[in-house]
Amino acid sequence: MIHRPVKNAAFRSEALDVTRLRADFPILGRRINGKPLIYLDSAASAQMPMAAIERMRRYQMEEHANVHRGVHSLSEIATNAYEDARRKVRLFLGAREDREIVFVRGATEAVNLVMHGYGRAFLGAGDEIVISALEHHSNIVPWQMLCQEKGAILRVIPMNDAGELLLDEYEKLFSARTRFVALAHVSNALGTVNPIAEMIRTAHRHGAPILIDGAQAAPHLPVNVQELDCDFYAFSGHKVYGPTGVGALYGKAALLEKMQPYQGGGDMILNVSFEHTDYNEIPFKFEAGTPAIAAAIGLGAALDYVGAVGLAQIAAHEHQLLSYATELLAAIPEVRIIGTARAKAGVISFEVGDVHPHDVGTLLNDEGIAIRAGHHCAQPVMQSYGVAATARASFGLYNTLAEVDALAAGIHKVKKVFG
Amino acid sequence: MADARALYQELILDHNKKPRNFGVLADANRKAEGHNPVCGDHISLSLHIADGRIENIAFQGQSCAICKASSSLMTSIVKGKTVDEAETLIREFRDMATGKLDTRNQQHHLGRLSVFAGVSELPSRVKCAILPWHTLHAAFESVENATTEK
Ligand SMILES: Cc1ncc(COP(=O)(O)O)c(C=O)c1O
Repeated sequence: MIHRPVKNAAFRSEALDVTRLRADFPILGRRINGKPLIYLDSAASAQMPMAAIERMRRYQMEEHANVHRGVHSLSEIATNAYEDARRKVRLFLGAREDREIVFVRGATEAVNLVMHGYGRAFLGAGDEIVISALEHHSNIVPWQMLCQEKGAILRVIPMNDAGELLLDEYEKLFSARTRFVALAHVSNALGTVNPIAEMIRTAHRHGAPILIDGAQAAPHLPVNVQELDCDFYAFSGHKVYGPTGVGALYGKAALLEKMQPYQGGGDMILNVSFEHTDYNEIPFKFEAGTPAIAAAIGLGAALDYVGAVGLAQIAAHEHQLLSYATELLAAIPEVRIIGTARAKAGVISFEVGDVHPHDVGTLLNDEGIAIRAGHHCAQPVMQSYGVAATARASFGLYNTLAEVDALAAGIHKVKKVFG
Repeated sequence: MADARALYQELILDHNKKPRNFGVLADANRKAEGHNPVCGDHISLSLHIADGRIENIAFQGQSCAICKASSSLMTSIVKGKTVDEAETLIREFRDMATGKLDTRNQQHHLGRLSVFAGVSELPSRVKCAILPWHTLHAAFESVENATTEK
């Protein structure tokens, strides 16, 4: 197939009316270095639509008080708004009950919560934890900490050159001592979509509970935790068009109930005396202290927005962006795309000859193009490709094919500078 | 905001492409490693110092163009200089890169190194340029290798 850049067809998309949607994101109107901002770093953090910004503003101006404590009206209003946000997260993930949704700071805290609440309570010396070769540091380091503390052992699912996990090897990693599996749904460094439905079934066949790190999947793919039957699912608000400082952990009620609390403090208790403390019910048992109320409510509004646009449509649109970007970049001599899995979402990692990714990023920034350059908090992934870092463009619902053209043009300029 | 392209000048691109003094000194008596954990830049310096003078110096590592060119130029310029002279350059380079030294209007000894003045306007890249100089400073402070120079 011969491909011509779609210049002047700026916002053409079969799946979404991107021109209209872009107007919902005020930040997309700004300029960087005198050029219109081309934001290709949504995998690091997505931009927020006006609806979510406005909802947080309204909360702060009209509804703010502490939650779960006041007898006064405002506290009740705030509590209702906060719990309403929890219900929205529950619907977004397809969970059965609201109490299976724990608000956390983000995916990182969610993994740490499970490591402390489940791992420290139920794993011991010689027990094995299975993770994969393409995890983000936040789904590696907590498990290493647990291994260090308990003498447990980390097993790593290997991947092929394309960045796909080897399912046969995965199956072989299980032993009588396998007690837990922690796995990314989508790789942030490569974009690989793991076949988690199948991998969850495998874990369960071996009697191991499984946590899915959905930080990179939640913005791109419809998720239903009941259909998937995963035991835990984690994501960050700021990657699904919500604010920073909030995210969610889904956990099956039966598991959450038997887990240890993660932090101690207010809100997570029923009765405290100096002799004894009764912990609150789930999910409050895991939400010590005053939560990020405004952020949670903003996340609820962001999920409403995503729901209204439609995750299936967003996925289709991003797929189009990704295929187009893959085609354009692959056609540039000396550009090497890193991560060529058959199933990918949202992300394209690449190298430009031997130009260091930071130089690529700095020069693209001159053109107003924001990409990520670095190890993407996935150093083991970088090591398996023999690189220290890559350049990464990632897509959100608001990106256009014309922006992909600009990226390709920018890469040509980088090559010219480096001759 | 700075125009980053202006920083990627001939001199910097040339030193990136053909780094001078690239390698490891067999007779080194001072060594230091420099890491920039944020971006993964890594360089190692090896020096031969005699009577307070840098007789020879080499660097190796994996880094961006700014860091590599800065390392290459640094090694070319400090070779033959005394440790004290090099310390002055370290100070001046750091001040230039962080915008405290205006190379056009203030006195300095940086010479060709002033091509890096532009990094002061690219906060995310300042560390890339400074890394080799920090590493040089660390090498001066490092314990002399006992195997040589005795
Ligand atoms: C796959 C994956 N997991 C976890 C995280 C951590 O998310 P946060 O920093 O929001 O806790 C990220 C963020 O980059 C990610 O991409």
